[in-house]
Amino acid sequence: MRLAQRRMIGSITIVGASLAGHASAKALRAQGFTGTITLIGGEAHQPYDRPPLSKGFLSGALAQADLALEADAEDLGINWLLGSAATHLDAVTHTVTLSGGHQVTSDAIVIATGSRARTLGSVPSGASAGASAGASDLAGLHTLRNLEDAIALRSELIPGARLVIVGSGFIGLEVASTAVELGVDALVLGSDRAPLARLFGERVAATVTRLHERHGVRLRNGVRVTAVLGPHRVTGVQLDSGEVVPADLVLLAIGSEPNVEWLADSGLAIAGGVVCDERGNTSAARIVAVGDCAAWFDPVRARAHRIEHWTDSRDRAAIAVTSLLEQPHPARPERPSYLWSDQCDARIQFAGRLLGDEEATVEVGDAVEVDEASEFGAAAEVAESAGTVRPIELLVVYRRAGECVAVLGINQPSLIAKWRKRLTLAATDFSPSPVRESSTLQGVLPT
Amino acid sequence: MRICSLAELARGEALRFDGVSPPIAVFHTEDGQVFAIDDTCTHQDASLADGWVEGCEVECPLHASRFDLRTGAVDAPPAKRGVRSHSVTLQDGEIHVTLSEDVPALPPGVSY
Repeated sequence: MRLAQRRMIGSITIVGASLAGHASAKALRAQGFTGTITLIGGEAHQPYDRPPLSKGFLSGALAQADLALEADAEDLGINWLLGSAATHLDAVTHTVTLSGGHQVTSDAIVIATGSRARTLGSVPSGASAGASAGASDLAGLHTLRNLEDAIALRSELIPGARLVIVGSGFIGLEVASTAVELGVDALVLGSDRAPLARLFGERVAATVTRLHERHGVRLRNGVRVTAVLGPHRVTGVQLDSGEVVPADLVLLAIGSEPNVEWLADSGLAIAGGVVCDERGNTSAARIVAVGDCAAWFDPVRARAHRIEHWTDSRDRAAIAVTSLLEQPHPARPERPSYLWSDQCDARIQFAGRLLGDEEATVEVGDAVEVDEASEFGAAAEVAESAGTVRPIELLVVYRRAGECVAVLGINQPSLIAKWRKRLTLAATDFSPSPVRESSTLQGVLPT
Repeated sequence: MRICSLAELARGEALRFDGVSPPIAVFHTEDGQVFAIDDTCTHQDASLADGWVEGCEVECPLHASRFDLRTGAVDAPPAKRGVRSHSVTLQDGEIHVTLSEDVPALPPGVSY
């Protein structure tokens, strides 16, 4: 192993050709790596941007070509191996086996295999009794993760269709927003007490509810779906109360699962994702992991934590690559994790880290009294009766022990930008534990 | 074209100048350099003057595309096209900008 450690890195295989994989290739070149880069992708497409799949691409405003992640005229000198998934990793020889049996051996590996949409059958509660649940060949039953999913869903979003969305997280809410704009009757069934309440608290949930009700989305909260009803084409979903909610099509938007099964016998530490230190190093030498499949050590949580945000997948690639090339990490403050969601003509933005015990303060927003009983329903009527539709605005600051740790804005891009900077500066007080320092650049192929 | 005096734009600050069409953004970086680029992100309608500057790079405040302040080139997606960069001169403590003659790359649905 020691000898292997000292050998220069001349070839790197990136497994996963989406945002994190593509960003890793870009970062390798930006950091001076001139060796061979092989990029393996399970999908047949060049890297594409997934956020529009629930928004602009789903609505038809954007075409497939608009989703390309590669900049115009970008050429990173990559060997592309697209259309076959990795099925096995030998972490000692750095050999990746593809579904067709083809093998690729290199000096180092970037694991960026992402995640996939959860299905009812994979929900741990096991509530999905009934033969139809989880049957992916049931016509009209959708998940949304890749381009083909979006194309299939889009083809069924016809005016008047009854779409039931299971899950009131970001994907579910974004699809609901888009579907309503296409004339679809969209109903969101959420297990949360209100959309996004568990993540961001009551005030955010109340405002998001208002946004959606004003937009024409129907929301039902606190319900649990136990089965999707068939048998050949969806007819509805069944709730745990026994109630049947009719549907012409159903979208399961109940979260994601990391694509790590292919690593099961690799010897790599896996726990809800590929376990990494706080700079992307896995438990094996010269193998890093980044993006949705990776669970980096989070010093605040004091455990490995999988983040599924777009910006983290992109920006952590540069950190992982620096680790892989054994170059010194630049001394700069950790940027707070950042996410956005565009829905119902509003921009929701969040930055920071929430553990659930923060105090939330509304710094900008309408003085809607928080009335537990009538809050969600009444708010929409207030907006309606006002006659003019004014943009909904909200800024919530989250504090722990008086310290600002996160911020959420709705239609507040300038303020959010300022808050992100403040959060970064606050984070400079916090110094991450030292990571082994590389004394030379011997790991980088010089020519 | 005079934008403002250097003293009015502190280090680390940016301003949106809409005296031209499309508007431009002028940045005064932490290390004292001044740059001017088109203000509108090429991905979707957002003001880059609201963005996050780190080194010679600005990150769009909405979807986090990154542009090189010196050249306007895209450094990180989702944007695929760069913005125009404009030449900046400092005269007697005043920031002056000469507009690029290139055609601006505006996002879909945005026109000036």
